[in-house]
Amino acid sequence: MAEPSPEGRFGEFGGRFVPETLIPACLELEAAFREAWADPAFRTELDDALRDYAGRPSPLTVCDNLSEQLGLRLLLKREDLNHTGSHKINNVLGQALLARRMGKHRLVAETGAGQHGVATATAAALLGMECAVYMGDVDVDRQALNVFRMKLLGAQVFPVSSGSRTLKDAVNEALRDWVATVESTHYCIGSVMGPHPYPWMVRELQRVIGDEARRQCRELTGADPDVVVACVGGGSNAAGIFSGFVDTAARLVGTEAAGGAAIGRGVPGVVHGMKSYLMQDEYGQVLEAHSISAGLDYPGIGPEHSHLWASGRATYEAVTDAEVIDAFQLLARTEGIIPALEPAHALAWVTREAAALAGQTVLVNLSGRGDKDVAQMMDVLGA
Amino acid sequence: MTLEKVLRQRRDAGRKLLLPYVTGGLMGWQDAIRAAAANGADAVEVGIPFSDPVMDGPVIQQASERALDAGATPVNVLEGIRRLDAGIPVAVMTYYNPVFRAGDERFARSLADAGVAAAIVPDLPLEESGPWCAAADAAGIETVMLAAPTAPDERLPRICARARGFVYAVGLLGVTGERARLAESAVTMARRLKAVTDVPVIVGVGVSDAAQAAVAVRTADGVIQGASVVRRLMEGGPDAVGNYVAEVRAAIDEETR
Repeated sequence: MAEPSPEGRFGEFGGRFVPETLIPACLELEAAFREAWADPAFRTELDDALRDYAGRPSPLTVCDNLSEQLGLRLLLKREDLNHTGSHKINNVLGQALLARRMGKHRLVAETGAGQHGVATATAAALLGMECAVYMGDVDVDRQALNVFRMKLLGAQVFPVSSGSRTLKDAVNEALRDWVATVESTHYCIGSVMGPHPYPWMVRELQRVIGDEARRQCRELTGADPDVVVACVGGGSNAAGIFSGFVDTAARLVGTEAAGGAAIGRGVPGVVHGMKSYLMQDEYGQVLEAHSISAGLDYPGIGPEHSHLWASGRATYEAVTDAEVIDAFQLLARTEGIIPALEPAHALAWVTREAAALAGQTVLVNLSGRGDKDVAQMMDVLGA
Repeated sequence: MTLEKVLRQRRDAGRKLLLPYVTGGLMGWQDAIRAAAANGADAVEVGIPFSDPVMDGPVIQQASERALDAGATPVNVLEGIRRLDAGIPVAVMTYYNPVFRAGDERFARSLADAGVAAAIVPDLPLEESGPWCAAADAAGIETVMLAAPTAPDERLPRICARARGFVYAVGLLGVTGERARLAESAVTMARRLKAVTDVPVIVGVGVSDAAQAAVAVRTADGVIQGASVVRRLMEGGPDAVGNYVAEVRAAIDEETR
């Protein structure tokens, strides 16, 4: 995928719609990232951390049992096996190393499901930085395990009780923190969202998923997959895996939570520093998303996804909570892998569309593992 | 007469400027504006509440939520402004999404139709302000630009060149809300701006009471009183706002004697 315009636009989407206070920090961050990304020493430092600390490369798993049941060839990119349990660590290690290089000693982050918060707390512990994580108090309740993990890692967790009390409001509060602390603090955004350069920078830091998967697919099958599927909240795991296949013939499919479908139910808007598809009312008030998955409970989407959709290169499909619950259990029983609820959205779409996908090779980005969701699913399933 | 002309005339006559902020749609907001006008406000800033006010601290967040819960929309707040007849210029403050949703030109025209003089859009920095400013200019709406303590010196003249009405000097690193003392950055910011522009320089964000306002206007042309006004409206109603505005008026007038 290409670099955005100098103004941070992917087509008409993106930009830098933040308070004036943050503009110099965004400009400084862009310059620092460009310089670091072109510096072989920085790339080596990050690659070493991804390999020796995070456990990359992540494997590509062929799901023989589920493939047979669905009548297609299902491959999983196993981001669930990374240290901290999701793809979030790829982005966070890059941003934390960059923040240290910029002389910042404190990281602030928003989190929905807690995976990005845990990853940020982890990187902060590793690099000896302070860490503050904002999390909607609805999510604090349903992801109690991750809250405790963040605290164990030495982070401060601040429950957010404004608005919908979920990811959207955690982003607001993290932005407010950053407005007050910008001189010492790096805002470690967890997805391909926010003001330029974040959507581009986070995609570049996540493209390791797509680069590895492309090589692994070709080694394993001798070809590119027919379809690449990933769940989308802000859209970082999808951007990461799509970036490895955007120049192939593979069909790219993002799956949104039906209750948080920015593309499915939104129109272009501006919030959290970016112009992108957004669920909003007729007056531009942002609507509350509702999803079983805290990580996809977000009314917006990263601007590059809006552009991929508007340009026709990718499609975005909504799946319901009920379909997700089925897919969550299906993968556990057939393959012995308990997925996070977020990538269960991608699996749910594959399951629903199996007849149409018959005989095709389908690559799903299994962006995280389900340990964090087990307590919630005990309630849902009445276990 | 434009907001900028009003403010310049009063400033040039030796007066320090006082601009209270009131969240539109909050219970008693129109009476609060009338009370502010009657007690010495030079202009008023009316917030059109937005669901995700990232530049605002707890008080204005709460006010916005209350106003939205009570049914506030850009349309009915503007209708309320149109019927206000407070006798002082009105600047609207809102975030960019309600503007973008309506469309820049349509929103600008709706402000003009309501008799609004100016607009403040805190998440629309200089680099993103082009389409809105073009629409606002065409509709005769003055766009206030914000300048923050983080801006390097070379940026300030560019911000001031695009500012209409006044330049909003952000007094500190942080969001709106009351603080125990005036940040040094408020005075520094006002001084830096006064050095590069003749447009009125008004300090907002973190100017929290009459005493702080008095200190601020030793350097700045005036002050915005946001959270301190909105908190009084929520706790004590429009009369409390009127009393407070009178108190701040007296304190800043004292500085010009």
